[in-house]
Amino acid sequence: MSAPQDFNIDYLAQLARLALTAEEKAKFAAQLGDVLHHIERLAEVDVTGIEPTAHAFPIENVWQADVARPGLAVADALRNAPTQRENMISVPKVVE
Amino acid sequence: MPPLHFQSLATLAARLERRELSAVELMQALLARTCTVEPRVHAFNSYDEADALAQASASDARRAAGQARGPLDGIPVGLKDVIAVRDQPLTASSKILSNFVSPYDATVTRKLQDAGAVLFGRLNCDEFAMGSSNENSAFGPVANPWDLTRVPGGSSGGSAAALAAGEVVASLGSDTGGSIRQPAALCGLVGLKPTYGLVSRYGLVAYASSLDQIGPFGRTVEDAAILLGAIAGHDELDSTSYHATVPDYRAALSGPAPRRLGIPKEYFGAGLDPGIGAAVEAAVKFYRDRGCEVKEVSLPHTSYCLDAYYVIATAEASSNLARFDGVRYGHRSKAATDAIDLYAKSRAEGFGAEVKRRIILGTYVLSSGYYDAYYLRAQKVRTLIRRDFLRAFEEVDALLTPTSPAPAFKLGEKADPLALYLCDIYTIGVNLAGLPAISVPCGFTNSGLPIGLQLIGQPFKEADLLALAHDYEQAHDWHTRHPNL
Amino acid sequence: MNFEAVIGLEVHVQIRTASKMFTRVATGYGAPPNTLTDPVVLALPGALPVLNKAALDAIIKTGLMLDCEIASVTRWDRKNYFYPDSPKNYQLSQYDQPVCRGGWVELELPGPSLAVMGEHKRIPLTRIHLEEDVGKLTHEAHDSLIDYNRAGTPLMEIVTEPALRSPEEAFAFLTSLRTSLIYAGISDCDMEKGQMRCDANISIRPVGDTKLGTKVELKNLNSTSYVRDGIAAEIKRQLNVIASGDTLVQETRLYDGETGRSASMRSKEMAHDYRYFPDPDLMPVRIDAEWKARLAAELPERPFNKQRRFIDAHALPYSAASVLIRDRALADFFEETVKLGAKPTAAANWIVNDLLRQLAAANQSVSESKMTPTHIAGLVALLDQSVISSTQAKEVFAEMFASGESAPAVVDRKGLRQSTDANQLEAWCDTAIRNDPKSVEQVRAGNPKAINALKGAVMKISAGKANPKLVDEILKKQLGV
Repeated sequence: MSAPQDFNIDYLAQLARLALTAEEKAKFAAQLGDVLHHIERLAEVDVTGIEPTAHAFPIENVWQADVARPGLAVADALRNAPTQRENMISVPKVVE
Repeated sequence: MPPLHFQSLATLAARLERRELSAVELMQALLARTCTVEPRVHAFNSYDEADALAQASASDARRAAGQARGPLDGIPVGLKDVIAVRDQPLTASSKILSNFVSPYDATVTRKLQDAGAVLFGRLNCDEFAMGSSNENSAFGPVANPWDLTRVPGGSSGGSAAALAAGEVVASLGSDTGGSIRQPAALCGLVGLKPTYGLVSRYGLVAYASSLDQIGPFGRTVEDAAILLGAIAGHDELDSTSYHATVPDYRAALSGPAPRRLGIPKEYFGAGLDPGIGAAVEAAVKFYRDRGCEVKEVSLPHTSYCLDAYYVIATAEASSNLARFDGVRYGHRSKAATDAIDLYAKSRAEGFGAEVKRRIILGTYVLSSGYYDAYYLRAQKVRTLIRRDFLRAFEEVDALLTPTSPAPAFKLGEKADPLALYLCDIYTIGVNLAGLPAISVPCGFTNSGLPIGLQLIGQPFKEADLLALAHDYEQAHDWHTRHPNL
Repeated sequence: MNFEAVIGLEVHVQIRTASKMFTRVATGYGAPPNTLTDPVVLALPGALPVLNKAALDAIIKTGLMLDCEIASVTRWDRKNYFYPDSPKNYQLSQYDQPVCRGGWVELELPGPSLAVMGEHKRIPLTRIHLEEDVGKLTHEAHDSLIDYNRAGTPLMEIVTEPALRSPEEAFAFLTSLRTSLIYAGISDCDMEKGQMRCDANISIRPVGDTKLGTKVELKNLNSTSYVRDGIAAEIKRQLNVIASGDTLVQETRLYDGETGRSASMRSKEMAHDYRYFPDPDLMPVRIDAEWKARLAAELPERPFNKQRRFIDAHALPYSAASVLIRDRALADFFEETVKLGAKPTAAANWIVNDLLRQLAAANQSVSESKMTPTHIAGLVALLDQSVISSTQAKEVFAEMFASGESAPAVVDRKGLRQSTDANQLEAWCDTAIRNDPKSVEQVRAGNPKAINALKGAVMKISAGKANPKLVDEILKKQLGV
């Protein structure tokens, strides 16, 4: 089973920032084609007038008062940084 | 009395309290056991021997000073490697986090520390908790202690296998579509997925935020009850945390259990292993003989659970996993030339195949033009699935089903993603509806593989479920059997 | 063909809170890099957001002040895109259920002179929603550096309808919005600190057309003058493109305030697919009438309403009223002064002319100054009662500003109290007339200006204590003119 026509894996990989190889793209497209074929069954369900469920137990107005608390020490904040200098994360130059 | 490493948490807690045993002795015994079996089981991603012994020693000191904190004080508990512990690795079994050390604690970590538990090891799992066999770990698969050629289930395979193999006294896993209950069933353990919102998710590496819950594994229902009592409760750091009162789950074990049980007919159809079917039938008979009212119920949208799940879970995952980009932490590709390239290459190198597949699927269902057809529709179907359960609960107090359609399968046997996804058909509905459910051992197949019985309860009625499961467990001896390693 | 410009603004305003939008680590400007972070700000694995109540209050207040419709239920969505300044690679924002819809901002265009009020217009708003700010990227020679201190700061995005027609209107819009937000204490709106940032959607069309032309999004308008100059430059650029027979392309351009030019941002040209979906980590917020009423009660009078009231009720000239209302503290200062009995025009003059000049010289704000409404009211009263002359009043004012002493205290200490004793005044006038027959002659000969010399003499003799008005009367009487 292959992926539906509109399943553009190049576009999706680019959108998801995944540098997939050609082999991965072909394999995933086929495998996800099967999964999507299964998922298409959702179209059979009559959902007229049905509200979507985002959470099983909807609660509202969850917040905290605006009182600042200590955060991470700089050393902890940058502890896992692949590269850093001057207490900032360094990345390859961003072109705007 | 079984060997120390197979004794229950409740037993060991009593022995610690009576000073028959010190926490350090217990930890040493488990370290020795781990040395022996771990090369064959591979339940741990890592563990810190010195740190575990230091925690045990601190527990002994508390006890000596008369300041022991309760049944968990000095008990080695393993955490799935998706739960943050300050200064310990947090990998989610992914290459992308292979060098990550957490600078903060999860709420459940804090709660266990407050209860005096010895946090021992980072337990293997499917990468980012995505899988049903633990074969998706970047650090290698976990073997089922009952048959080392078979999977322990997943995604919390390490949490189940470490406990079944006698390497920890209890453990925590996370359950998004069955990731606690299914491995518990496949490894002959008790595993509980709490009601969504009962246990804080703060510090749990997110897979699918609206479905994820942390829960306990125990050798017995009582052990699971003790652990649940320690981790449950409202947390202001998790906006989805519920203001529920936390009862004394352990005390509830001897209280009245629910008497009206439902058998959802959709959970006994084609694809169910006959041995499992028979074991569950026997459990049904047990409850009937105990005087329970057992009736067949229907959950008509069951067959759509898998579809709704794979839309909602992958959509949320595609966004949750965007933060793993090689910028602030985690694997960074050395091949990248600019910032955009850095993302695509780091993520391609850092994520395994299943994670990539789910990110792609989740990206697709959220992408422009498809949102309504997939994500929104899946959320509406979720409403119908939830209604099915709530309607059933108007007639019955709990539902009784198999946990898994099949016992542990061979490592490498299921290469096709869809075949693996089907492992979760009996567990996924519970997550979509946000309900609590427990898997309790209910027998063995002819080839000696454990079978799990799933009991599904009403929201925040974990105490009922535990009492019901305890009732069954105490009348059987399944929990007294241990794998021969 | 005549063209008109059609301009819509997207204004981002940082809300002044102690902690961030979705976590309680402190907000701040100018702190050392990465000292205002926590697991949520850095998007560490497992971190979860929790709403800041104060940010919600602030946007609801903003909505009430700008006559927006406040949603009864609002929720949070994820806007998914990858960028190094966005730690989660999704921004928590609001997609289809923003807190505020509709509403308007009243603006005032410049009049023909500072003394004449210009035209007022109401610019309709599309929506206002809450979101979180991103970190700060610094581009170096070989890499880019990221500081996450700003990441997660509460941000309101205020979107206007395409209802502005000129750079001047855009400037006036921002000025008015800024004043209102500062009035309500919602933001300091300091554009230098990035607390207020503006993007503009600009198109041109033949006058009379109702269809919108090709839209260009102009970014980086980071001061009010950049907004005016940048939009003016873009309109000119678009007119030139049309004039040279080319067609405009829809694009995003980055404005450079230093050079006054803009450049197309290629990286932004790719169509965005933000994959918005409701954030599963945050719960919806329900806003009821009671909550709104509580916040409405805290709202200040709107600046232009205040201006109208100052002109109507206090009979102030526009020139004074418009200056007073620019700063809520100054307007309050004025009203307090009036409440203490000072004549409004006199009080306004002292505040707008003398106080503002002294404050500027001392680089102080009105609240930092030692000068209070009581000082000004005291000064005005002494003048009214002719206790001091207006020249002396200037001196008293300077003393009060410097020392914080009250007006009567300065007058007493310096012995400035004017004499109104008729006998004494007549004696001084007699002496002056005796000593200057030449001036007396000229006055009697019909030169009214000559009396000034005599008045000056009286003031000199009296060491400045003579009341000039009474002296004038007495001299005229004694000279029979």
